[in-house]
Amino acid sequence: MEILNEIRFSMPSLSANESAARAAVSSFIVQADPTVEELSDIRTAVSEAVTNAIVHGYRGTSGRIDLVVRLLPEREIYIRVRDGGCGIADVKKAMEPLFTTAPEEERSGLGFSVMESFMDRLSVRSKVGQGTTVTMRKKLAAHGS
Amino acid sequence: MKVDIKSEKGAAIAVLGGEIDHHSAKAAREQLDSFIINMQPEVLALDMSGITFMDSSGIGLIMGRHKLMRECGGRLEVTGVQEGIRRVLRLAGIERIVKIS
Repeated sequence: MEILNEIRFSMPSLSANESAARAAVSSFIVQADPTVEELSDIRTAVSEAVTNAIVHGYRGTSGRIDLVVRLLPEREIYIRVRDGGCGIADVKKAMEPLFTTAPEEERSGLGFSVMESFMDRLSVRSKVGQGTTVTMRKKLAAHGS
Repeated sequence: MKVDIKSEKGAAIAVLGGEIDHHSAKAAREQLDSFIINMQPEVLALDMSGITFMDSSGIGLIMGRHKLMRECGGRLEVTGVQEGIRRVLRLAGIERIVKIS
């Protein structure tokens, strides 16, 4: 993978960091000159991934969340969100729209649906007891189009 | 997120401002629910025109208040929805359940 630019950051799984993660990712991505809509899509997808790590990965506990954001050739954005939390036993089930294990927190079960529909590619790798890694990619529209 | 509730003759408007995420939704939820339970408005409109960001936590916030308003014999409406937020709402099919404008 040819990487044109990259930031990495790590934060504790505090819900106050959901907005901090969005802000950090969007301030890095601005250099690729995304449209308002593209930036909003990416911010929303990052928010979902980080919230999942906090609400589900580290449910009842706490730990660190690591983010990598890369600018790839052809205006492609790569984002990886990794937690060392409890992991997901059935990733396929977890990705089903409206499936949630936290209804008492009013989680709608649409986090992965948002990531899927707002990004071009989504991959979820998880191991019970070890954590979850969400990788997302989105190609920004060519300039002038 | 900021929540400013105005009420007159059974109709209430909650003007929301800022960003809706999992973190900010909690306080907003508590403020709105305490208002709904204490004041029992016939109609509660959530004015979203001042919302600059919303992820799927907003869906839970809207659906939860819709449910509570219905349980109290009232109705929830959502107004001032901008494009970015509308796309999140559309994913959830909320427009079939709650009046959105």
